Amino acid sequence: MLIALGIQNTMTTEFTPLLSLAGGLLIGLSALILMAANGRIAGISGIVSRILPPHSDRSGLLQAVVFVAGLLLAAPLYKILTSEAPAQMMTDSTPILIIAGLLVGFGSVIGGGCTSGHGVCGLSRLSQRSIIATCTFMITAFVTVYILRHVLGATS
Amino acid sequence: MNLIASLAAGLIFGFGLIISGMVNPAKVQNFLDLFGTWDPSLAFVMGGAIAIGLPGFWLLGKWSKPLFASAFQWPNKTDLDAKLIGGSALFGIGWGLGGFCPGPAVTALTIGSTGVFIFVPAMLIGMWATKLVK
Repeated sequence: MLIALGIQNTMTTEFTPLLSLAGGLLIGLSALILMAANGRIAGISGIVSRILPPHSDRSGLLQAVVFVAGLLLAAPLYKILTSEAPAQMMTDSTPILIIAGLLVGFGSVIGGGCTSGHGVCGLSRLSQRSIIATCTFMITAFVTVYILRHVLGATS
Repeated sequence: MNLIASLAAGLIFGFGLIISGMVNPAKVQNFLDLFGTWDPSLAFVMGGAIAIGLPGFWLLGKWSKPLFASAFQWPNKTDLDAKLIGGSALFGIGWGLGGFCPGPAVTALTIGSTGVFIFVPAMLIGMWATKLVK
Protein backbone atom coordinates (compact mmCIF):
# COMPACT_ATOMS: atom_id res chain seq x y z
CA MET A 1 0.00 0.00 0.00
CA LEU A 2 2.79 2.36 0.88
CA ILE A 3 4.62 1.57 -2.30
CA ALA A 4 1.38 2.27 -4.16
CA LEU A 5 1.24 5.66 -2.46
CA GLY A 6 4.80 6.28 -3.62
CA ILE A 7 6.29 6.61 -0.15
CA GLN A 8 9.97 6.04 -0.48
CA ASN A 9 12.65 4.86 1.85
CA THR A 10 15.09 7.36 3.24
CA MET A 11 16.00 9.60 5.18
CA THR A 12 18.23 10.67 7.96
CA THR A 13 19.24 14.31 8.20
CA GLU A 14 22.25 15.73 9.93
CA PHE A 15 21.71 17.44 13.29
CA THR A 16 22.69 21.09 12.74
CA PRO A 17 22.43 22.87 16.10
CA LEU A 18 24.43 25.98 15.20
CA LEU A 19 22.97 26.62 11.76
CA SER A 20 19.48 25.93 13.06
CA LEU A 21 19.99 28.26 16.01
CA ALA A 22 21.35 30.95 13.67
CA GLY A 23 18.39 30.47 11.32
CA GLY A 24 16.04 30.69 14.29
CA LEU A 25 17.62 33.98 15.37
CA LEU A 26 17.07 35.38 11.86
CA ILE A 27 13.43 34.27 11.95
CA GLY A 28 12.96 35.97 15.33
CA LEU A 29 14.70 39.10 14.03
CA SER A 30 12.40 39.17 11.00
CA ALA A 31 9.33 38.92 13.24
CA LEU A 32 10.59 41.83 15.32
CA ILE A 33 11.35 43.96 12.25
CA LEU A 34 7.83 43.44 10.92
CA MET A 35 6.24 44.36 14.25
CA ALA A 36 8.55 47.30 14.99
CA ALA A 37 8.23 48.77 11.49
CA ASN A 38 4.70 47.92 10.40
CA GLY A 39 2.98 46.76 13.57
CA ARG A 40 2.15 43.36 12.11
CA ILE A 41 2.62 39.77 13.24
CA ALA A 42 4.91 37.67 11.02
CA GLY A 43 2.48 34.80 10.66
CA ILE A 44 3.02 33.27 7.26
CA SER A 45 -0.39 31.61 7.01
CA GLY A 46 -2.01 34.95 7.79
CA ILE A 47 0.20 36.82 5.32
CA VAL A 48 -0.35 34.32 2.51
CA SER A 49 -4.09 34.08 3.09
CA ARG A 50 -4.33 37.89 3.09
CA ILE A 51 -3.15 37.78 -0.54
CA LEU A 52 -6.02 35.47 -1.51
CA PRO A 53 -9.41 37.01 -2.31
CA PRO A 54 -11.65 38.42 -0.95
CA HIS A 55 -9.45 41.37 0.07
CA SER A 56 -10.42 43.57 2.96
CA ASP A 57 -7.30 45.59 3.73
CA ARG A 58 -5.49 47.35 0.88
CA SER A 59 -2.23 48.36 2.58
CA GLY A 60 -2.08 44.98 4.29
CA LEU A 61 -2.44 43.28 0.91
CA LEU A 62 0.47 45.19 -0.62
CA GLN A 63 2.70 44.53 2.40
CA ALA A 64 1.82 40.85 2.27
CA VAL A 65 2.70 40.61 -1.43
CA VAL A 66 6.06 42.29 -0.82
CA PHE A 67 6.81 40.05 2.21
CA VAL A 68 6.13 36.95 0.09
CA ALA A 69 8.38 38.39 -2.63
CA GLY A 70 11.09 38.58 0.04
CA LEU A 71 10.56 34.92 0.93
CA LEU A 72 10.78 33.97 -2.75
CA LEU A 73 14.02 35.92 -3.22
CA ALA A 74 15.75 34.10 -0.35
CA ALA A 75 16.57 30.85 -2.17
CA PRO A 76 17.95 32.48 -5.35
CA LEU A 77 20.09 34.79 -3.19
CA TYR A 78 21.28 31.82 -1.13
CA LYS A 79 22.28 30.03 -4.35
CA ILE A 80 24.24 33.07 -5.54
CA LEU A 81 26.05 33.44 -2.21
CA THR A 82 26.86 29.77 -1.58
CA SER A 83 26.63 28.40 -5.13
CA GLU A 84 24.57 25.48 -3.88
CA ALA A 85 20.85 24.79 -3.65
CA PRO A 86 19.31 24.15 -0.22
CA ALA A 87 18.91 20.42 0.45
CA GLN A 88 15.40 19.01 0.15
CA MET A 89 13.98 15.52 0.52
CA MET A 90 10.26 14.89 0.55
CA THR A 91 7.64 12.33 -0.29
CA ASP A 92 7.01 11.93 -4.00
CA SER A 93 3.42 10.85 -3.36
CA THR A 94 1.07 13.30 -5.07
CA PRO A 95 -1.99 12.26 -2.98
CA ILE A 96 -0.09 12.77 0.28
CA LEU A 97 1.20 16.18 -0.82
CA ILE A 98 -2.31 17.27 -1.85
CA ILE A 99 -3.91 16.08 1.40
CA ALA A 100 -1.08 17.64 3.42
CA GLY A 101 -1.44 20.95 1.57
CA LEU A 102 -5.22 21.08 2.01
CA LEU A 103 -4.96 20.28 5.74
CA VAL A 104 -2.21 22.87 6.29
CA GLY A 105 -4.18 25.54 4.41
CA PHE A 106 -7.53 24.75 6.02
CA GLY A 107 -6.16 24.12 9.52
CA SER A 108 -3.98 27.23 9.70
CA VAL A 109 -6.80 29.57 8.66
CA ILE A 110 -9.36 27.96 11.01
CA GLY A 111 -6.82 27.79 13.85
CA GLY A 112 -5.68 31.36 13.21
CA GLY A 113 -2.01 30.63 12.70
CA CYS A 114 0.80 28.22 11.92
CA THR A 115 4.32 27.47 13.09
CA SER A 116 5.32 31.11 12.67
CA GLY A 117 2.26 33.02 13.91
CA HIS A 118 1.39 30.74 16.82
CA GLY A 119 4.78 29.03 17.19
CA VAL A 120 7.38 31.79 16.90
CA CYS A 121 5.41 35.02 17.51
CA GLY A 122 2.73 33.66 19.82
CA LEU A 123 5.07 31.74 22.11
CA SER A 124 7.38 34.78 22.23
CA ARG A 125 4.43 36.90 23.34
CA LEU A 126 3.37 34.21 25.83
CA SER A 127 -0.10 34.16 24.23
CA GLN A 128 -2.30 31.56 25.87
CA ARG A 129 -4.07 30.83 22.57
CA SER A 130 -0.77 30.29 20.79
CA ILE A 131 0.63 28.05 23.52
CA ILE A 132 -2.45 25.83 23.24
CA ALA A 133 -2.38 25.92 19.42
CA THR A 134 1.33 25.04 19.30
CA CYS A 135 0.96 22.16 21.75
CA THR A 136 -2.02 20.88 19.73
CA PHE A 137 -0.33 20.90 16.34
CA MET A 138 2.91 19.51 17.76
CA ILE A 139 1.02 16.57 19.27
CA THR A 140 -0.96 15.77 16.11
CA ALA A 141 2.18 16.15 13.99
CA PHE A 142 4.15 13.77 16.25
CA VAL A 143 1.30 11.25 16.14
CA THR A 144 0.96 11.59 12.34
CA VAL A 145 4.66 10.92 11.73
CA TYR A 146 4.58 8.06 14.24
CA ILE A 147 1.68 6.42 12.40
CA LEU A 148 3.19 7.13 8.98
CA ARG A 149 6.59 5.70 9.80
CA HIS A 150 6.10 3.18 12.60
CA VAL A 151 2.58 1.86 12.06
CA LEU A 152 2.31 2.07 8.27
CA GLY A 153 6.04 1.47 8.00
CA ALA A 154 7.03 4.34 5.75
CA THR A 155 10.34 5.98 6.44
CA SER A 156 9.69 9.20 4.61
CA MET B 1 9.04 52.62 4.01
CA ASN B 2 6.71 49.91 5.29
CA LEU B 3 7.09 48.05 2.00
CA ILE B 4 10.88 48.07 2.33
CA ALA B 5 10.49 46.72 5.86
CA SER B 6 8.13 44.00 4.60
CA LEU B 7 10.55 43.01 1.85
CA ALA B 8 13.49 42.90 4.28
CA ALA B 9 11.49 40.92 6.82
CA GLY B 10 10.44 38.40 4.15
CA LEU B 11 13.96 38.00 2.86
CA ILE B 12 15.46 37.56 6.35
CA PHE B 13 12.69 35.14 7.31
CA GLY B 14 13.28 33.09 4.16
CA PHE B 15 17.02 33.10 4.73
CA GLY B 16 16.50 31.93 8.29
CA LEU B 17 14.32 29.06 7.07
CA ILE B 18 16.95 28.04 4.52
CA ILE B 19 20.06 28.09 6.73
CA SER B 20 18.19 26.41 9.59
CA GLY B 21 17.32 23.55 7.22
CA MET B 22 13.57 23.98 7.71
CA VAL B 23 12.92 24.15 3.97
CA ASN B 24 13.83 20.46 3.94
CA PRO B 25 10.67 18.46 4.78
CA ALA B 26 12.77 15.43 5.79
CA LYS B 27 14.42 17.49 8.52
CA VAL B 28 11.06 18.60 9.88
CA GLN B 29 9.65 15.07 9.79
CA ASN B 30 12.78 13.75 11.47
CA PHE B 31 12.20 16.19 14.33
CA LEU B 32 8.71 14.74 14.60
CA ASP B 33 10.06 11.17 14.55
CA LEU B 34 11.15 10.74 18.16
CA PHE B 35 11.27 6.96 17.83
CA GLY B 36 13.12 6.85 14.52
CA THR B 37 15.67 9.01 12.76
CA TRP B 38 15.27 11.85 15.26
CA ASP B 39 16.87 15.19 14.39
CA PRO B 40 16.44 17.79 17.17
CA SER B 41 17.37 20.75 14.90
CA LEU B 42 13.83 22.19 14.79
CA ALA B 43 13.92 22.74 18.55
CA PHE B 44 17.02 24.90 18.05
CA VAL B 45 15.22 26.94 15.37
CA MET B 46 12.29 27.57 17.71
CA GLY B 47 14.70 28.22 20.56
CA GLY B 48 16.66 30.77 18.55
CA ALA B 49 13.53 32.53 17.33
CA ILE B 50 12.01 32.70 20.80
CA ALA B 51 15.31 33.74 22.41
CA ILE B 52 15.19 36.93 20.36
CA GLY B 53 11.39 37.17 20.14
CA LEU B 54 10.67 36.99 23.85
CA PRO B 55 12.67 40.07 24.92
CA GLY B 56 11.97 41.80 21.60
CA PHE B 57 8.18 41.56 21.76
CA TRP B 58 8.29 42.52 25.45
CA LEU B 59 10.16 45.71 24.53
CA LEU B 60 7.87 46.46 21.58
CA GLY B 61 4.91 46.11 23.93
CA LYS B 62 6.10 49.32 25.57
CA TRP B 63 6.22 51.30 22.32
CA SER B 64 3.20 53.47 21.64
CA LYS B 65 3.26 52.92 17.89
CA PRO B 66 5.33 51.21 15.19
CA LEU B 67 7.84 53.13 13.07
CA PHE B 68 5.97 53.18 9.76
CA ALA B 69 2.32 52.55 10.66
CA SER B 70 -0.27 54.31 12.78
CA ALA B 71 -0.83 51.50 15.30
CA PHE B 72 0.30 48.04 16.34
CA GLN B 73 -2.02 45.29 15.18
CA TRP B 74 -1.52 43.02 18.17
CA PRO B 75 -3.64 39.87 18.04
CA ASN B 76 -6.67 40.53 20.22
CA LYS B 77 -8.47 37.20 20.29
CA THR B 78 -8.42 35.43 23.62
CA ASP B 79 -11.00 32.69 23.18
CA LEU B 80 -9.74 29.14 23.54
CA ASP B 81 -12.37 27.54 21.33
CA ALA B 82 -12.95 24.51 19.15
CA LYS B 83 -11.78 26.39 16.05
CA LEU B 84 -8.38 27.10 17.59
CA ILE B 85 -7.87 23.53 18.75
CA GLY B 86 -9.53 21.74 15.83
CA GLY B 87 -7.84 23.92 13.21
CA SER B 88 -4.45 23.50 14.87
CA ALA B 89 -4.96 19.73 15.17
CA LEU B 90 -5.68 19.44 11.42
CA PHE B 91 -2.78 21.75 10.63
CA GLY B 92 -0.46 19.45 12.61
CA ILE B 93 -1.65 16.38 10.69
CA GLY B 94 -0.92 18.11 7.38
CA TRP B 95 2.43 19.35 8.65
CA GLY B 96 3.42 15.86 9.74
CA LEU B 97 2.27 14.25 6.48
CA GLY B 98 4.15 16.58 4.16
CA GLY B 99 6.85 18.06 6.38
CA PHE B 100 5.86 21.49 5.11
CA CYS B 101 4.25 24.42 6.86
CA PRO B 102 3.38 27.65 5.01
CA GLY B 103 6.68 29.59 5.41
CA PRO B 104 9.07 26.89 4.22
CA ALA B 105 6.67 25.79 1.47
CA VAL B 106 6.43 29.29 -0.03
CA THR B 107 10.18 29.86 0.37
CA ALA B 108 10.86 26.51 -1.33
CA LEU B 109 8.94 27.52 -4.48
CA THR B 110 12.11 29.12 -5.82
CA ILE B 111 14.18 26.03 -4.98
CA GLY B 112 11.97 24.25 -7.44
CA SER B 113 11.42 20.67 -6.22
CA THR B 114 8.39 19.10 -7.91
CA GLY B 115 6.57 18.30 -4.66
CA VAL B 116 6.35 21.97 -3.69
CA PHE B 117 4.36 22.73 -6.82
CA ILE B 118 1.80 20.16 -5.68
CA PHE B 119 1.77 21.10 -1.99
CA VAL B 120 1.52 24.90 -2.34
CA PRO B 121 -1.46 25.00 -4.74
CA ALA B 122 -3.30 22.55 -2.46
CA MET B 123 -2.46 24.74 0.55
CA LEU B 124 -3.66 27.89 -1.26
CA ILE B 125 -6.93 26.15 -2.21
CA GLY B 126 -7.36 25.10 1.43
CA MET B 127 -6.75 28.66 2.65
CA TRP B 128 -8.93 30.28 0.01
CA ALA B 129 -11.85 27.89 0.51
CA THR B 130 -11.69 28.37 4.28
CA LYS B 131 -11.57 32.14 3.87
CA LEU B 132 -14.65 32.05 1.63
CA VAL B 133 -16.62 29.95 4.10
CA LYS B 134 -15.52 32.11 7.03
